[in-house]
Amino acid sequence: VVNLLGISITVLFTLLLVFIIVPAIFGVSFGIRKVYMKTLLKIFQWATLRIERGAKEKNHPLYKPYANGIIAKEPTSLEEEIKEIRRSGSGKALDTPEFELSDIFYFCRKGIETIMDDEVTKRFSAEELESWNLLSRTNYNFHYISLRLTVLWGLGVLIRYCFLLPLRIALAFTGISLLVTGTTVVGYLPNGRCKEFLSKHVHLMCYRICVRALTAIITYHDRENRPRNGGICVANHTSPIDVIILASDGYYAMVGQIHGGLMGVIQRAMVKACPHVWFERSEVKDRHLVAKRLTEHVQDKSKLPILIFPEGTCINNTSVMMFKKGSFEIGATVYPVAIKYDPQFGDAFWNSSKYGMVTYLLRMMTSWAIVCSVWYLPPMTRKPEEDAVQFANRVKSAIARQGGLVDLLWDGGLKREKVKDTFKEEQQKLYSKMIVGN
Amino acid sequence: MGRRRGRGSPGGTPAAQSDAGLRRDAERSLEMTLVNPNMNKLFRFGQSCKGRRVIRFSHSQITRLYSRFTSLDKGENGTLSREDFQRIPELAINPLGDRIINAFFPEGEDQVNFRGFMRTLAHFRPIEDNEKSKDQNGPEPLNSRSNKLHFAFRLYDLDKDDKISRDELLQVLRMMVGVNISDEQLGSIADRTIQEADQDGDSAISFAEFVKVLEKVDVEQKMSIRFLH
Repeated sequence: VVNLLGISITVLFTLLLVFIIVPAIFGVSFGIRKVYMKTLLKIFQWATLRIERGAKEKNHPLYKPYANGIIAKEPTSLEEEIKEIRRSGSGKALDTPEFELSDIFYFCRKGIETIMDDEVTKRFSAEELESWNLLSRTNYNFHYISLRLTVLWGLGVLIRYCFLLPLRIALAFTGISLLVTGTTVVGYLPNGRCKEFLSKHVHLMCYRICVRALTAIITYHDRENRPRNGGICVANHTSPIDVIILASDGYYAMVGQIHGGLMGVIQRAMVKACPHVWFERSEVKDRHLVAKRLTEHVQDKSKLPILIFPEGTCINNTSVMMFKKGSFEIGATVYPVAIKYDPQFGDAFWNSSKYGMVTYLLRMMTSWAIVCSVWYLPPMTRKPEEDAVQFANRVKSAIARQGGLVDLLWDGGLKREKVKDTFKEEQQKLYSKMIVGN
Repeated sequence: MGRRRGRGSPGGTPAAQSDAGLRRDAERSLEMTLVNPNMNKLFRFGQSCKGRRVIRFSHSQITRLYSRFTSLDKGENGTLSREDFQRIPELAINPLGDRIINAFFPEGEDQVNFRGFMRTLAHFRPIEDNEKSKDQNGPEPLNSRSNKLHFAFRLYDLDKDDKISRDELLQVLRMMVGVNISDEQLGSIADRTIQEADQDGDSAISFAEFVKVLEKVDVEQKMSIRFLH
C-alpha cells in the first residue's frame, strides 16, 4: 500500500510539473493563478471580520497599523518655525537677526518628533498589513482568533508547507538547471541571429518557470513603453525577485557583481549566451571603470537594454529612495519602470540584515503568492539644463508617482551607514543666518 | 491632607473614581499583553497606577510607542543605547541631537528602558483643557508648562547645576551654529543674552530667570507633539 501511495504521489507531482512547465515554455497562461488570488482575498476578508468581531466581544481596541505616521508633523521650514516661536514670545521686530533662548524649542521638538516617528528607518523593515492574511508572521492580534479561524490557519499551514513548498522548490530547481544548461548549450553556437533567437527564448522560458515557482501574479501595464536596445531600464528595488519579474517579460542585459557559489555558476553560464555586464568585486569600487563599460555597452545598438536598480539596496516598497547618479550620467535613454507589490499575499521585501538569502527564499516560497503590478513609463532623456542628479530625481519622482510610493531624498545606504555630516552642516548654516544675518 | 488611594470605592470622590478607571485600564492592558509575550513590558507598566497618572498616554498611544521602541531596539534586549538613537538619520542631522539623546538617559547610565523612554516623551504630550483643573493635589504631570520649560532648560544646562553659565551657553550655541560664526561674535551673543535674562547678578541664568524670559512664549504649543489617533 505504501508503494502504491508513493507511486501515485510521484505521478501526480510529475503531472503537475508538466502542466505548469509546458505553458511556461510557450508563454501561455490558463488564468488559474488569478482564480487562486480571488479565492484567497475572500478568505482574508472573512478572517479579518472574525478578528474584529472577536475584539469587539472582548471590548478591546484592536491594533491597527497606520501607514501615514503616528504623530502630526507640520511641513514648515526652520526659518518659519523659529520666527513663529519668536513672534509668540515678544513683540520685537522679526527682521533683525538675533538669538533667542526660545530658539531651542524648534530643535528640541523636531528631535523628539523624529524619535517618535521618522521617515527613514521604517523603510527598512516590512510593511505592516491592515488585514490579516492567515500567516502567523503578520499577526498582531493573536488572542482574538476563534477556533474556526485557527483551524483555517492550520489548513493554510498544511497547504503552504506540504503542498506548495515542495512544488515550488521542484519548479525552481527545474528553472535554474534549465537556465544553466540552456545558456551553456547556446553558448557553443556561432554568433548570429540563430544564437540570439535561441538565447532570448531560453532566458524567457526559464524566467517564466521561476515566476511560476514563486506563484507570482504580475500585471503589466503600458507594455508599449518596454525598454529597447541601447537604453537603460531603471526600477525601484524591493527584492532580488524584481529581476525575475522584469526579465520574464523582456530580454535584458544584467549588471552586477560576480558572486561565488550557485549565483556565480548561473552568472557565468548566462554570460556565454548573451553579453551581460558582470564586474569583479574589485572593479565595483572603481566608478570610472563601471561608467566606461556601461557606456560602451549602451552605445552598441545591437546590445540589449541594461537593467539597473539605482537605489542600490532593497527598500520596503512604501517609498522610493535616492537614485545613485551613475547610471544617469551615461547619456542613454532611460526607461523607468515602477514595481508595486501587494503585501497582502506575501511580502516580497528582503530585509537583508534580518534574513539571509536562503531564509528569504523559503519565506517567499511559503507565502500564498507574490502579487505585483509593473508599469512601464515612457522613456526619458536628460535635458540640457539639468545635471545627472536632477535627472535622477526627475525619474525617481515619476516612478514614485506611478507606483503610489513616497518620494524620499534620503539615501538607501542609510540602512547600514551613518548619515553624512553635510546635512547637519546645512542645518547649522541655516540657523546661523537667523542669528547673525548674512 | 493626604489623598486616599482607595480600591473598590465606586463613585464618591473624584480621586477614587480616577483610581478605579486606572485600575480598569491596567487590567485591560494586562489582558492584552499577557497573551502576546512581546508586550509583557506594557503589562508591567500599565499596572503601575502611579506611572499612568504621571505620564498619561492613552492605551493606543502606549502601544504605538512600544512598537516604535522595539523597532529601535536592534539588540533586542529591552533597552535602548545611545547608538540606537543615533541610527535615526533625521536625529543625527539635528544640531542638538546629542543633547536630546542625553535627556533620555538618567545620570551615569547608558541604557534606557521603555518606562524611561515614555517618561521623557511624556513631556511632549499636549496639555488638554480638562486636565488643567484635575488633580490639584497630585504630582504635577510631566507635560505641564513648567516641566516643558524645565526640559528645555536642561538642554542648555550641561553640568546639571541648575544654572546656565556663559560657558554652557557658548557650548550649546556652538553646537547650533557649527563653524559659521566666529568665537568673538558668539561670545557677544552669549553675553547679551545673559545680561538680558540675569536678574540676581550672578552672570548665569537660573531656572526662574529662564521662565521669566520666556513667559510670553506659547510653550504649550511649541513643545507639544500631537498624536494622529
